[in-house]
Amino acid sequence: MQRVNALQRFIFSAVVVRISTIATTLFGISVFVFIVLRVIPGNTITGAFGIETGVLTPQQIAELRHYYGIDQSLLSQYFSWMGSFLTGHLGFSFSTGVSVLKLTESALPVTIELALIGTILGVIMGIAVGMFSASKPGSFRDFGGQLFGLLALAIPGFVLSTAIVTIMANIFHYFPNGLEYMTPWRDPWVNFQQMMFPGLVLGIAVAAPVMRTTRSALLETVDKDFVRTARGKGVIPRKVQMRHVLRNSLIPIVTMTGIQFGYLLGGAVIVEKIFALPGMGRQVLDAINKREYATVQSSVMIFAIMFVTINVLTDLVYRMIDPRIK
Amino acid sequence: MKKTKENATKGGFHYYFQSKSGVIGAVLLFLMVAGSICAAFGWLPHNPLDQNVDHILKGPSGKFWFGTDQFGRDIFSRTLDGMRRSLTVSITSVSIAALIGIPLGILGGYLGRWFDVFVTRMSDALFAFPAILLALAIVSSLGTAWYDTAISIGIVYTPIFIRVARGPVLATKEADYIKVSRILGYSSPRILIKHILPNVTAPIVVQIALSLSWAILTESGLSFLGLGTQPPDASLGLMVSDAQSLAALAWWTLVFPSLFITIVVVGLNLVGDGLRDAWDPARRSS
Repeated sequence: MQRVNALQRFIFSAVVVRISTIATTLFGISVFVFIVLRVIPGNTITGAFGIETGVLTPQQIAELRHYYGIDQSLLSQYFSWMGSFLTGHLGFSFSTGVSVLKLTESALPVTIELALIGTILGVIMGIAVGMFSASKPGSFRDFGGQLFGLLALAIPGFVLSTAIVTIMANIFHYFPNGLEYMTPWRDPWVNFQQMMFPGLVLGIAVAAPVMRTTRSALLETVDKDFVRTARGKGVIPRKVQMRHVLRNSLIPIVTMTGIQFGYLLGGAVIVEKIFALPGMGRQVLDAINKREYATVQSSVMIFAIMFVTINVLTDLVYRMIDPRIK
Repeated sequence: MKKTKENATKGGFHYYFQSKSGVIGAVLLFLMVAGSICAAFGWLPHNPLDQNVDHILKGPSGKFWFGTDQFGRDIFSRTLDGMRRSLTVSITSVSIAALIGIPLGILGGYLGRWFDVFVTRMSDALFAFPAILLALAIVSSLGTAWYDTAISIGIVYTPIFIRVARGPVLATKEADYIKVSRILGYSSPRILIKHILPNVTAPIVVQIALSLSWAILTESGLSFLGLGTQPPDASLGLMVSDAQSLAALAWWTLVFPSLFITIVVVGLNLVGDGLRDAWDPARRSS
């Protein structure tokens, strides 16, 4: 009984620590986003009405200020925003009159699908090239692998996307993203074609750091005693590579993938714009261009929540593949 | 083994130039910086803003080395001028990030307690975010002048420097020689500057090179999205953005600005690798 209690207490405290970390992180982001978007621009009304603000009487301006709640103290503005955000009231988009929650409902799946495709492609490419490179360090193939890693890191996503779009549309006369966007439920084939290239662009960005991590992790593990033992007892080389070396190198690779998955959400902003995908990135960008700060604020918070969720998931996967972490 | 002894008497730069990637990186970076300096002094074959109706979308030639764009402007001159802007923004933003982040990280690591908790929590919150998205949000409220971009990117990369500076401080704080310094009654500023700071220099210098490369990617990304440099001024991101509709007719509008972004980022990454190899004693032996 005593033991069970100790274990329960341990798990309980681990969960509490985790949740409190997430909460403080999200709180920090929300304060930051609030400060950046509410305090610095100062005037939502000029943002919303543009040059027409000049026509308004001082009384009208005061009424509008009251309507938007910007005549209150910053602290109460923050709490009223947080309160409505947490209860699902994410605000309205001025230009369309649609609630931000509705916009997000259709945009979020697009970005998540894109991010998943990008990550999967990136991990496959990264681990493959990393293994290829590490199989013969210092050789020509290693050089090739590292060159791939360097270029994947250095060529910006918008350059790659622009090049792909230009080549596909003008040489092969093929541009599925010119069609209306299709969800995978409505038309999986069109959706696949629309997601393939943006996913590849994001995948290449993920592949670079995954490749570097794979290469160095493999090179480090290969020299370990247990690998020598496995070889010594006659395990076939392929099995040594897969079961002993790769498995033990997975932890840094998974960590790196988790980090990259989060940053890929940022890359989605650019890629979604170029490939005309109606995702979260485009939602933020449109809102910024139309100066709809409510939409920007809520969308950025949703990005933050996704990012934090991914970090927690990475941590869970990490525990699954490493039996030493209990 | 004789070589090792020789090396021990020489400084880090000797090691730096032993690394192949370091040398290649330095050369690439030197070319880009030299080009930018020429642009800053106006030593360009053409004025980057001069439009010329007689030379619209002309391919590379002796007169226009990289061809011309849709307004007949010289792409070579515009690329160098854009590079100058990118480097200015990224150097400014990394300086901001380093000047705020390093002191905060060192103080956080050294003082500990609530100050450290505050600094780490703040940097975690900022870190928990895709850089370009955060920069986008800040730029949208600041504006699109070059210093607005620089400030946004600077804020975004501050947590990296907090982390890089804090780690080694935590590690050295407990070292015996620091304890001795304290017993000897040295003041905290003296311990921080004379004994702790030198331990943090190496990772920070590497970080500066890498951050510069990310800052260039973020800056060109922002101007690609129309939230950085505004036309008619030249910027690499903006040139690629314009090339979206031109590249099919005129490949040079896309290829040259893209190539220059890639070269400068590759250069900075290689310099970062070279610096890491030069400063890391564990890697020196291999």
